[in-house]
Amino acid sequence: MQTRTPMGMNRTGTTVSPLGARAMQQIAEQAAETMSDDSLATLRGIAFDEADGVGSVPLPAGVKGVAKSAAAALKGKAPEYLIDKLGERLAFERSGARLYEALITKCEHDPECAAAVIAELHHIHDEELAHFGLLKRAMESLGADPTAQTPCADVSAVMSSGIVQVVTDPRTTLAQSLEAILVAELADNASWEMLLQLVRDAGHDDLVAGFEQALQQEQEHLAKIKPLLQQSAATQMRARKRK
Amino acid sequence: MADLDLLRDKGCPLSQQRFTGKDLSPKPISKLDDDAFTRVRVILLNGLEIDALRLKHMIARCNGPLRTKLAEVRRVEHHQATLINWLIGPDHSPIETTIGYEQVAIEVTAEVAQHEPDPYLAQAYRFGLLEDFDHLYRYSALLDRLEGKDANNILQGYTDIVPGRPTMLEHRAPEDDVRRPYERNSARAISKLHAALITAAEYQTHDYYMNIGPQFADPIARQLYAEIASIEEQHVTQYGALEDPNESLLEKWLIHEATEVYAYHSCMQAESNPRIKAIWERFLDYELGHLELVRKLFKDSERRDPAEVLGADGLVPLVFKSQRDFVRQVLAKEVDYRAIGTEFNDRGDESEATLAYRNQLNASGSPSQAVSAGYRWQPGTELNAQAVNF
Repeated sequence: MQTRTPMGMNRTGTTVSPLGARAMQQIAEQAAETMSDDSLATLRGIAFDEADGVGSVPLPAGVKGVAKSAAAALKGKAPEYLIDKLGERLAFERSGARLYEALITKCEHDPECAAAVIAELHHIHDEELAHFGLLKRAMESLGADPTAQTPCADVSAVMSSGIVQVVTDPRTTLAQSLEAILVAELADNASWEMLLQLVRDAGHDDLVAGFEQALQQEQEHLAKIKPLLQQSAATQMRARKRK
Repeated sequence: MADLDLLRDKGCPLSQQRFTGKDLSPKPISKLDDDAFTRVRVILLNGLEIDALRLKHMIARCNGPLRTKLAEVRRVEHHQATLINWLIGPDHSPIETTIGYEQVAIEVTAEVAQHEPDPYLAQAYRFGLLEDFDHLYRYSALLDRLEGKDANNILQGYTDIVPGRPTMLEHRAPEDDVRRPYERNSARAISKLHAALITAAEYQTHDYYMNIGPQFADPIARQLYAEIASIEEQHVTQYGALEDPNESLLEKWLIHEATEVYAYHSCMQAESNPRIKAIWERFLDYELGHLELVRKLFKDSERRDPAEVLGADGLVPLVFKSQRDFVRQVLAKEVDYRAIGTEFNDRGDESEATLAYRNQLNASGSPSQAVSAGYRWQPGTELNAQAVNF
């Protein structure tokens, strides 16, 4: 596994083929301008106007008539929004656990990654799993189905698909993977803050303490990942100076 | 299918089959709210249209006089395929779409296997079914372990996720995948339609895996897609071999158009989404137009009656439903079946060529075994049970 990014024969820039680039620029300037009544924005706008949503939030069990108490457990002005966001967080934490599994494997194969770092990542992984369990129980307490994919969970998975690609790619360095993880942790922090507020506003006091603890742990994750990334970047810089 | 006559019905004339650019990019179905069988039908019909293009391009390479007519029909079918394939929403991750493809392979092949009148052909479908059934299990493990997602979000409780004939044991020497064809003069029309339909579906699956496999960064995902794409190539070999090689090219075109009519008619009857049902209805009308055209070409060029090829069978529409009970029965009885040459056996016997080929391919390990080691499907992913401990 490559631990550092070397200087080499990168061919993507125009300075690699200045004659070709100049010839291309000349012909592009001379080419007829494309005329259209529509623009990218107008076509997109039409599609935005016409589109259906991604999908719906599944009905809680109580609403379906399975458990009478569940419907009463749903409070607030838009309970479907809360269920949607709980489903999103749940899916994110579950995928996050898989993300850390891949990162741990990468660290184990990086000779420069200390055992203490790997232990720290295991700890974060376990807390992601614990948060998944917490959210599962929270959804069940509201009569919601934690196995369903809610619209926000679906969209969130599309968003984080790039993170999975970066971390699982054997060619990416640990630093590049940590940068992807940082994106995930930043989003996770902000999302837990909003979810906590949502739960408070809806009057689900029984959920608040657990969610506060989860937020605190997510803040700790961020506080751990940032220095790891900085440390990894510093290692690369030192290696460069030695050369 | 009393209201559909493959030998006489006329549909929309080819000259009136038109599309706008916007038709080609319709609003997608909902991954979350539409019934899984709507997605099954979308995938099936896209596969059939892509195969229609494939067959017609092949015929055009071999036949000069038919080239223009082939190009005209192909243009419409290309646009049908585009419209249909664009119905799959972009929120499907490639593995989620894969789960949908395997659901098609299982549920549709099981339906075909139960209504295939030729016992040998039915056996071939059951044989392949158990292999695609195993692929679903392996891909479900990958979806869980790579993306942290539950394959049942796609399957919606219709299709079981357990091992079938293990993928690592599906690798066979090419000669052990070439099946015995039906005989064109004695085979029932439905047998010809079944073979065209399932070959098309498997071809599409093969091509999808070949395209999507290298887009994964994860090494085991890349390896798994490479491994299963190899089996799908075997399946295309198996199912393609079921067709009589003595059929003329025009005869094959006629059968393919009849298959498309049959499939659209079945899908239209079963469709629960009204917007999609209207699409199946429109395209059934288009396909009847294609069939009418080819019936005429067949009569004019070959001086033969299309009834010789399509017979007078009463066709029962395909039913789209969970085939759980049937699949479980086949799994229990036939998982250890193997094939030597064109013949299946229940003793587990295999040829020296297959054993040598398999040993060679599996010499560096089996991605399908590695990805699913210890995997057992649970609602909400296998992490569900682990989370209890934290």
